Amino acid sequence: MTVVDLPARTHPDEVRAPAGTDERRRRRRREYGLFALLVAPNLLVIAVFAYWPILYNAFLSLTDWNMIAARPTFVGLTNYVNTLTDPAFHKTLGVTVAFTGLIVAGSLVIGLALAVLFNQPLKGRSLVRTISFAPHILSGAAVATIWLFVFDPGYGLMRALIEPFGAEPPDWMNNSDWALPGLVIVYLWKSVGFTALIYLAGLQGLPKELDEAAAIDGAGTWTRFWAIKLPLLAPITFFLLITTVIGTFQAFDVIAVMTGGGPGDATTTLSWSIYNEGFQAFNAGRAATLSIIMFVILLVVTAIQARVMERRVHYR
Amino acid sequence: MKVRAVQYVVLLGVAAIFLGPLYWLISAAVKQPAEIYQWPPVWWPDDFTWGNFKLAWEAAPFDRFFVNSTVITVIGTLLKVANAVLTAYAFAYLRFPFKKVLFLLILGAMMVPGHVTLLPNYLTVASLGWINTYAGLIIPGIGSAFATFLMRQHFLTLPGEVTDAAAVDGAGHLRTLWRVVLPMSRPMLVTVVVITAVEEWNNFVWPLIVTNTASMRTLPVGLLILKDEEGLANWGTIMAGTLLVLAPMLLIFLFAQRYIVGGITQGALKG
Repeated sequence: MTVVDLPARTHPDEVRAPAGTDERRRRRRREYGLFALLVAPNLLVIAVFAYWPILYNAFLSLTDWNMIAARPTFVGLTNYVNTLTDPAFHKTLGVTVAFTGLIVAGSLVIGLALAVLFNQPLKGRSLVRTISFAPHILSGAAVATIWLFVFDPGYGLMRALIEPFGAEPPDWMNNSDWALPGLVIVYLWKSVGFTALIYLAGLQGLPKELDEAAAIDGAGTWTRFWAIKLPLLAPITFFLLITTVIGTFQAFDVIAVMTGGGPGDATTTLSWSIYNEGFQAFNAGRAATLSIIMFVILLVVTAIQARVMERRVHYR
Repeated sequence: MKVRAVQYVVLLGVAAIFLGPLYWLISAAVKQPAEIYQWPPVWWPDDFTWGNFKLAWEAAPFDRFFVNSTVITVIGTLLKVANAVLTAYAFAYLRFPFKKVLFLLILGAMMVPGHVTLLPNYLTVASLGWINTYAGLIIPGIGSAFATFLMRQHFLTLPGEVTDAAAVDGAGHLRTLWRVVLPMSRPMLVTVVVITAVEEWNNFVWPLIVTNTASMRTLPVGLLILKDEEGLANWGTIMAGTLLVLAPMLLIFLFAQRYIVGGITQGALKG
């Protein structure tokens, strides 16, 4: 993002005190003081709870510490070497990439399809749009609990849907083949209304002239969608792609409630590993190492976003 | 005409997909156990009961969870929005050396993934003696980058003549902020408040790691404990508890939908 022309206002002082006077200087000092007073609390909290943790993590990742001993033992890059060569970590990374990939793909495709549907002149479309968006603001822990019941192989809604087709419902969350797809379904149910909403805003913001011109030239609905609308939506698609990746990498509550990383390690993502190493195995060095790895991955993703967005979005 | 009919069927299907699980939740919460475990399922309970709520209430201190969640949401939202408004005002209306660098420093916080900060923040809060306290639950979350950004962008769209007029009339900055700028910013303010409150209420991982006594748990964390203790055997009880966690946000959504949607689209399409 670009931040331009910060001093944006004519200032009360310009109105009140003429330049170069003592009164003016006194006012300016007071203004600096007020600025510091207004910004300090926010900046302090951000420094302590957003920036300091990165440095602290970087330090802890070079140590071995069970969080009980008086101080961490310095071990150099051992944690990084061990983590990066650990097959369990490779599996975790694979699960994270699969989880993220499925959610990103599903959310973009279904979200766009929903947006196109909501853009049709249908009665009740705004009500359905609202309904599809509602799960986005609901507690992830509660949504996960609902879906545990929906997936219950004995008494769940899914059984009621699957059985009429003569199929046996799987024991979703206790089956290592079904647990991850199950989580993906829950996550999509919770988040796809948001994607649809953003796409819908994008569709409604498209210039009508191009579409009309293409229609006059004889382009059909599909051609106009693929050749005109979809390319014009590219910036929004890109924005959604990046934010979904960042959000999904950190997904935690649904996994914690539904699978706890299991069965086995079938749903152990990077975010679950960080929690598990830090707060269940009390291995601070390893948790910090995983945190730094996640930070670097997301930093690269964010940097790509910033680079691309800078060319498209400009602020006042 | 045929296309329209298909579209309506799809629209109805979409509504069913999103309402289905919520219906499953609500119906189980008011069903007698016998009906929950009946197959084929009872779609409309014959014998409504509030008993599941009573059981949930007895299985876990939900009243306490409710108080904790409310305190954290109200105070956390107030402090975070206050931070955002004061910072945004300072950046929009005041001069200061290195203003641009400071603003980038605040915005940069948006690029720090929350999950990455868990362990160090836990250690910081522990060293401050804030484990199992409201301070530990609330303070780390009140730094505001995104809300500050939204508020500042909004302040810059306000007409400068009005604040100048206030200055000529002798109003100081804080008075100008309180009496002139904020009243003109009401829709944006409501948006930021609602979005922040929803985040605070739903927060899960931080309350999970920073509390370990039942009396300091919040509703989402309490739900996890209820679920683990009931061992997925008592779906009625668990669904009743889940409904207690969801209901306040569903109500807020019904009344403030416009602001939530407005704020989120704004964040996406402008930020």
